[in-house]
Amino acid sequence: MEKIVFLILRRMRAPLLVIIAAYTISIIGMVLIPGADEQGNPVRMGFFHAVYFVSYMATTIGFGEIPYAFTDAQRMWTVVAIHLTVIAWLYAIGKILSLIGEPAFRQAVGENAFARSVRRMREPFYVVCGYGDTGSLLVRALSRRGLRSVVVDWNQDRVNELELEDLGMYVPGLCADAARAVTLKEAGLLSGHCAGVVALTDDDAVNLKIAITTKLLRPGMPVVCRAETHDAVANMDSFGTDHIINPYDTFAVRLALALHAPGAYLLHEWLTGVPGTQLSVPLYPPHGTWVLCGYGRFGKAVKTRLDAEGVETHIIELDPVGTGLEGEFVAGRGTEAATLLEAGIEKAAGVVAGTDDDTNNLSIMITARALKPDLFTVARQNRHDNDDIFQAARLDLVMQRSEIIARDLLALLTTPLLNGFLKRVRGLSNDWSNLLVSRISAVTGDQVPEIWSCRIDMQDAPAVYGMLDEGKAVCLEQLLRDARNREERLPCLLLALKRDGDWRLLPEDDMQLLMGDELLFCGAQRVSERMAWALQNNNALHYIRSGEERPSGLLWRWLSGYRERT
Amino acid sequence: MNLEKVVFGFFIVLALTLNFGFFIGDFDNPAHHNEYELFAAIIVNLIATVLKFGDRTQMGAVLLATSLVADLQLIIAAVVWGVAVYVTMSGLEPSVMGSIVSLSGGALLANITSVVLLIIETVNLRR
Repeated sequence: MEKIVFLILRRMRAPLLVIIAAYTISIIGMVLIPGADEQGNPVRMGFFHAVYFVSYMATTIGFGEIPYAFTDAQRMWTVVAIHLTVIAWLYAIGKILSLIGEPAFRQAVGENAFARSVRRMREPFYVVCGYGDTGSLLVRALSRRGLRSVVVDWNQDRVNELELEDLGMYVPGLCADAARAVTLKEAGLLSGHCAGVVALTDDDAVNLKIAITTKLLRPGMPVVCRAETHDAVANMDSFGTDHIINPYDTFAVRLALALHAPGAYLLHEWLTGVPGTQLSVPLYPPHGTWVLCGYGRFGKAVKTRLDAEGVETHIIELDPVGTGLEGEFVAGRGTEAATLLEAGIEKAAGVVAGTDDDTNNLSIMITARALKPDLFTVARQNRHDNDDIFQAARLDLVMQRSEIIARDLLALLTTPLLNGFLKRVRGLSNDWSNLLVSRISAVTGDQVPEIWSCRIDMQDAPAVYGMLDEGKAVCLEQLLRDARNREERLPCLLLALKRDGDWRLLPEDDMQLLMGDELLFCGAQRVSERMAWALQNNNALHYIRSGEERPSGLLWRWLSGYRERT
Repeated sequence: MNLEKVVFGFFIVLALTLNFGFFIGDFDNPAHHNEYELFAAIIVNLIATVLKFGDRTQMGAVLLATSLVADLQLIIAAVVWGVAVYVTMSGLEPSVMGSIVSLSGGALLANITSVVLLIIETVNLRR
């Protein structure tokens, strides 16, 4: 605010001086030039009348000649004064208008509005640095879950995009360099409501700087970073960045999962999806050899994963030297039938188009399918805005890097337990995942389940805490009962229980709860609110445990005790 | 020598001197207090105020504040003058003249503060 006021004051100096000078000259003239009253007696205009006359003359309102009709001498002076003051005003107004149009002024006004709306935030918010493909998806997903965020990007076009986006809530955006500590401070890093910082710019150095700044200015604040090189990952890890996402590795891991553990992949999709949307259908990729087009950073990560899974791959790459390709390969793009045939497309089970060019990927898919119609097709989608054409191509699996990362980030930020759970699921058998998938669909139907977690402590679950404090046992099963009718179970599932760093996946119903336990649930929409009754209301919990309604008032409690005693 | 400093100092000191010139004389005698001098004092004060705009230092802020006080006092004095002559038609009675002159006396104090601050700043510069 201060900056804007000073900018205006400094710019308005000259125009104001010009206006003062023009008024002074006009007023003095009016006072000095003698006039005449109705009888023709000479009178001088007083300062009061002169100021009055000049005020309305200069603003072109023109009430007429007062207090008496002017003499010719006065009229002559008025002609001069009119031109003087009107020009002075035009000059001043022009200055103000040009100031408003100036980029520096707009920047100051924008920054000011941004800082004000960040200060006004009264609920937890995330600072998202970088509003590219991943950033925009993350912000959209956060807003769909009702979580606030603040965006910083150095590109004005992207900030404008944010303003045009219909997110259902106001997300302030600032065009500034996120690597500067001042910018992060303006974005609310020091605010008590800041819940975490996400560094998603496409520059590792900037992400690193954001992580360091946050860790130094707000120790303990969760920081999630994107890093493209293993160097940067190690560097960020060295000072305790909470989570580092390497887009290529994450993507490759997920692709390998989709190919060889479809159950676990589906579980990922379901649990990290946007609640309330349609569930994706299960996929059954065939076993056999795969043709992999493109051996860049992404291709390498996929190959390593597939090798680890024991899958045979044939690689097609245009530039084997530049990518450091060793062993057998077919030179070419993969968009031509000849190279695909050479790579053995006719005997392959599936094809992965993993180049960094969406057009080429689609072309590979269409050519490959023409050669062998029952191929399992997996394509990498690089750009978010190519959604429509990828959908129209009807591929078996489209993997979009930014979407996968955005969903991972969302899970990470909103339910940290979920991330640990999914990590453990990846180590389990596909059958286990399939079983869980069928149990989830039994609970939530065909909608993406809602995920929530709670911790057995004074804050999250006061009723359970109090019960345990009194030495009474509470078992898991009781939390899953409906507080309105204990005979019914809530449509939800307890995914995991974390006790002293120990994970129990899908624990037994009759397990006893202990203080400090962390629980991860998934279930239909709004079930978490119904469960909150048992967690937070003593009487509800008592009813679930014993089946009797306990009187809540002191008097009634005393009366029922009296009845029991007699 | 800096021309900006010359203009700046000129207007600040002129504001003080004009103000003083109007203030001096018999307290309630209209003959000793010239209306042109009051007008000039107001204009010069306004110019001095505008010249102080946009200085982000602490000294600049205080200088601006003193100028705004002087403007306010002098403009109120002019309004009192106008009301007495044209609205109530009571003319420049000793009581009216007294309040006009005392208002300008207040502005004089603010202007003195302004000049003192200017001198302090100049002395501190030592160049």
